[in-house]
Amino acid sequence: MTEKRTVAATGNVVVAEAFRQCAPDVVAAYPITPQTTIVEEFAKFVAQGRVHTEYVTVESEHSAMSACVGASAAGARVMTATASQGLALMWEELHIASGMRLPIVMANANRALSAPINIHCDHGDAMGARDAGWVMLFAESAQEAYDNTIISLKVAEDPQVLLPVLTCLDGFITTHSIERVDLLDDETVESFVGEYEPQNALLDLDNPVTHGAFAGLGGPFFEFKRAQRDAMDRSKAVIERESAAFSKITERPFGLIETFMMDDADVAIVIIGSASGNARHVARELRSEGVKAGVVKVRCFRPFPGAEIVSALRGVKAVAVLDRAESFGAQGGPLFLETRSAMYDAAERVPLVSYIYGLGGSDVRLELVREVYTDLSDIVAGGSVPDSLVYLGSR
Amino acid sequence: MPTLRELTHREDRLAGGHRLCAGCGASIAVRQILLAAGEEPVVTGCATGCLEVSTTIYPYTSWKTPFIHNAFENSAATVSGVEAAFKGLKAAGKIPADKKVKFVAFGGDGGTYDIGLQSLSGAMERGHDMVYVCYDNGAYMNTGIQRSSGTPKGAWATTSEVGKAQAGKIQKRKDLTSIIAAHGIPYVAQASISHWKDLTTKAEKAFAVEGPAFLNVLATCPRGWRSPYNKSIEVAKLAVETGFWPTFEVENGIWSLSAPSVSAERRGRKPVTEFLQMQGRFKHLFKPENAELLAEIQTDVDDYLTYINGRCGG
Amino acid sequence: MSNWDISKIDSWKSAQFPLGAVIPAGGNSDDYVTGGWRSERPERSIEKCTDCLICWIFCPDTAIRVADEKLADDWVDLDHCKGCGVCANECPVEAITMVPEGCEIREAK
Repeated sequence: MTEKRTVAATGNVVVAEAFRQCAPDVVAAYPITPQTTIVEEFAKFVAQGRVHTEYVTVESEHSAMSACVGASAAGARVMTATASQGLALMWEELHIASGMRLPIVMANANRALSAPINIHCDHGDAMGARDAGWVMLFAESAQEAYDNTIISLKVAEDPQVLLPVLTCLDGFITTHSIERVDLLDDETVESFVGEYEPQNALLDLDNPVTHGAFAGLGGPFFEFKRAQRDAMDRSKAVIERESAAFSKITERPFGLIETFMMDDADVAIVIIGSASGNARHVARELRSEGVKAGVVKVRCFRPFPGAEIVSALRGVKAVAVLDRAESFGAQGGPLFLETRSAMYDAAERVPLVSYIYGLGGSDVRLELVREVYTDLSDIVAGGSVPDSLVYLGSR
Repeated sequence: MPTLRELTHREDRLAGGHRLCAGCGASIAVRQILLAAGEEPVVTGCATGCLEVSTTIYPYTSWKTPFIHNAFENSAATVSGVEAAFKGLKAAGKIPADKKVKFVAFGGDGGTYDIGLQSLSGAMERGHDMVYVCYDNGAYMNTGIQRSSGTPKGAWATTSEVGKAQAGKIQKRKDLTSIIAAHGIPYVAQASISHWKDLTTKAEKAFAVEGPAFLNVLATCPRGWRSPYNKSIEVAKLAVETGFWPTFEVENGIWSLSAPSVSAERRGRKPVTEFLQMQGRFKHLFKPENAELLAEIQTDVDDYLTYINGRCGG
Repeated sequence: MSNWDISKIDSWKSAQFPLGAVIPAGGNSDDYVTGGWRSERPERSIEKCTDCLICWIFCPDTAIRVADEKLADDWVDLDHCKGCGVCANECPVEAITMVPEGCEIREAK
């Protein structure tokens, strides 16, 4: 019988709790704001003897991911956490972890990248890693951060996937705000994630293997990349299957995307992360004013749920895609680029506008969200579509 | 300390068929070190470089041990992760508590003195039960003989060229062995491929200690040193006999000069020119206009030995 | 020969390769021939050789065979010897000489 505990806790505290319940053999991590409280919480579990984990307090994020790669290749269950500059410092290791097909789970406390230095939320760090071959989940709330962490491990270690997973939560907004969170008991999590069966483990001493070989000089590098692409493609069904199984236990919904009032929407916002609630709030207000507004929240960014988004946006007359990240020189933010590309397959041509919002933790006030819906309504009424992206609320 | 005859009973853990150059000192170092590891299983790691790439060209590996290459600057961190996994899996009950495994990370001087120094320092400070081996051939040989902080003063390299305005590398070699000794780890030693008894003894000690150990091993690169392939051992031996590469160890903080260098000092240190003149990378030093630099290199060697002798209480 | 059969590797599809570019074998470079690099090969004088094993410990290519604490009868692995000549240079009794190559060797894979 599953016992649920309801707590008031920050996103970071419940992510650390999920880590503990997933019982990793190795955690190698380095402090960085606003992730630090995850590794601090975990350090308490280590000191209290509540985990069997070998906790490696490395001297940098680069070494954090390097040690995670070594530990995962050795056959251990491995989890870690980072943010912003730390994720950026890991850049080459992110590609190596996915190329070596190591199912490492890493929490990322989304924070803007320097310069100028800024410790607050945006998705520039995670979006910078979007082509690194990691499955990427984004949480809106502390509850989702907890749920995503557990599902991430199950997905990463699935024999059909064997890819690392980045599980993102918004810096400070989610990492540090105290929210109501329902936690599962340890046995339920243990039984959900199951035992990890590593492949090609270095510590399988009777069967020596070589990890990290050179596949140049006409070697099969191209074939290995294709295998990675295939695994990423397969991960979609695994996420759906495991999130459905998890939802059954928690009685909480979990989708690659989550829609709000989309059935008959004329205008819609596509968004990721903690600001989704702001969008829903405004959409609800607008509904009472007779505007058919809806929201599509993207919870899984890699693999990108393009078909699901196209289906959710069917019948919508104008769409705003809100990115909390820049892709300088591109035709819009990363989520916009993906969404507009997916919408090429839609039966009808729908105007889409790229909005950049909330960089470096700048406030996403409700009136700004309302501004977006107003712009969309103007477009629906025959107004022109902006020919470039819009910096929402920027001076 | 096993004899050569005894060592022949052990498995050679580096297979032939690798693509290192003829006469390469790196594989000589690896063979001697892994022979000294004894009978227990060894897990090996290696930084990007000649040794790594030449021994693991897909689908062939020369490593009979489990092996991992991750990247250039993180051989120490990577193997520290493997060692952590061993401890974590023991704690999980998945590996028997009394199981013994050795862990060793290799890196060249570029991957150790330069880009991997932070990773190495971190791993040594954290106290992982692992051996780190720097095979020092004094330049970035894999990318084509660029200078590193392990390149000797005056050496030609493709990023410390020889011309009217410059006579090879301007700076002295960084004393990496002393830097690692300053970490206060149980065992640190400097050795050369030319003195197999000294090197295998040191490797045996390094594997035997609980906690981190570090070996800095001079390993000839005929290609980069512009030395004849068949002279790889001879030139490394001269490095020791001239005092260019003193052999010493630091065992639980106690420094001592090792037998090859003790004997070289007793017999009278050979002039460093004997080491330099065997190598094309130093040939410009023997031109009249570089006489002063050559003298300075001899002074540097003498000063370094004075320092090492001082640390060794001599 | 290694247990990992790579004889048809050139026709493998991406899904047939081991996960993550792992090489599921230990020391299979034994199957790779580097003997073709050689222009000279070492020859040993049985009369002079004292089986001191110096050539064995210094060989960069694991190409010197030993048996019963002595050099084996077929002491050089000509599939892997690159002809560097370190063994001849280091032999304390000058029992090894380098001679111009001309033997048959397996084709390099």
